Amino acid sequence: MQSSRHDFWAGLWGALPFCIVVAPYGMVFGVLAAESGLDIFTAVAFSMAVIAGAAQFTALSLMQDQAPVFIVIIVGLAVNLRMALYSATLATHLGAAPFWTRAFVAYAILDHSFALADQKFQNEPDMSLPRKLAFYFGATSLVAVIWVVGTGFGAWLGTRIPDWLALDFAMPIAFIALVAPALRSLPHVIAAFTAATLSLLLAPAPYGLGLIIAALIALVLGAEVERRMGARS
Amino acid sequence: MSISTATLWLVIAGLAFGSWLLRFSFLGIIGNKELPEWVKRHLRYTLVAVMPGIIAPLVFMPRATDGAFDLPRFLAAAVTLLVGVWKGNLLMAIAAGGVTLYSMLNSGF
Repeated sequence: MQSSRHDFWAGLWGALPFCIVVAPYGMVFGVLAAESGLDIFTAVAFSMAVIAGAAQFTALSLMQDQAPVFIVIIVGLAVNLRMALYSATLATHLGAAPFWTRAFVAYAILDHSFALADQKFQNEPDMSLPRKLAFYFGATSLVAVIWVVGTGFGAWLGTRIPDWLALDFAMPIAFIALVAPALRSLPHVIAAFTAATLSLLLAPAPYGLGLIIAALIALVLGAEVERRMGARS
Repeated sequence: MSISTATLWLVIAGLAFGSWLLRFSFLGIIGNKELPEWVKRHLRYTLVAVMPGIIAPLVFMPRATDGAFDLPRFLAAAVTLLVGVWKGNLLMAIAAGGVTLYSMLNSGF
């Protein structure tokens, strides 16, 4: 088990750069949650239960617009659909672990930590299952804790921030910064542009509906352009 | 503006259970099966297909101005996007957008 402990620390070390990003990002969520009227306890519970930045920001934004509960949940989960893809990939590495271990692995799936672990497992296919699990939980646990602590700190700060800081616009800026790095291939740009344009055109539709239609069309279009580009090359 | 307590807890519970189920799907239920390529391709686009649809109305019809177009907010969004695509760095993009917004608002726009 000596080596498993080593793997845990290796995962933790590899994830340190993400912690530096996640701490302020969790704070921004906490501040916005406080601005929307959530107390510290609720904001922290939100982050602990869901641990998914994009889905939490999305849900908060839709709730501010008084969207119906089921629309908020459907759109929030739509943002999180990529997690199923991570789950499928992790199943190939960690599928042999006991049920409850896999339940915890699932709870702790985070974008960057997943990418780090997947890369490690691909580079070292001979790693034993306990060693893989140790690395995985190292890569993910600290990031998750920092997301929750950051939220709490942000929620505590939230009510103390003066109006001139124009925090109303922190959410769109945080959203844009989250999506922008993904816009580096033509199909992704087309999908994003389509979604933005259609949601503006469909804005008069009852809230949530325009967004869902825009997202579905953008999704199919992006995937189709990728398929055709792949077929050509 | 204020969100009711019932709405809030229903959303937290729904998102928590749903997100965990998505994360658990293949690990726990479907198991070690290779997904068809077309399914993987569509899953890769969910984030970029949903989020810009939420962002665009917030940028072009900001809540702070009751939906009227606002130049400082628009430019801050544009700068965030450009720096984000260019540098691929979340915090750098947020900082650039924030600096743009405050310098515009403070210079009287």
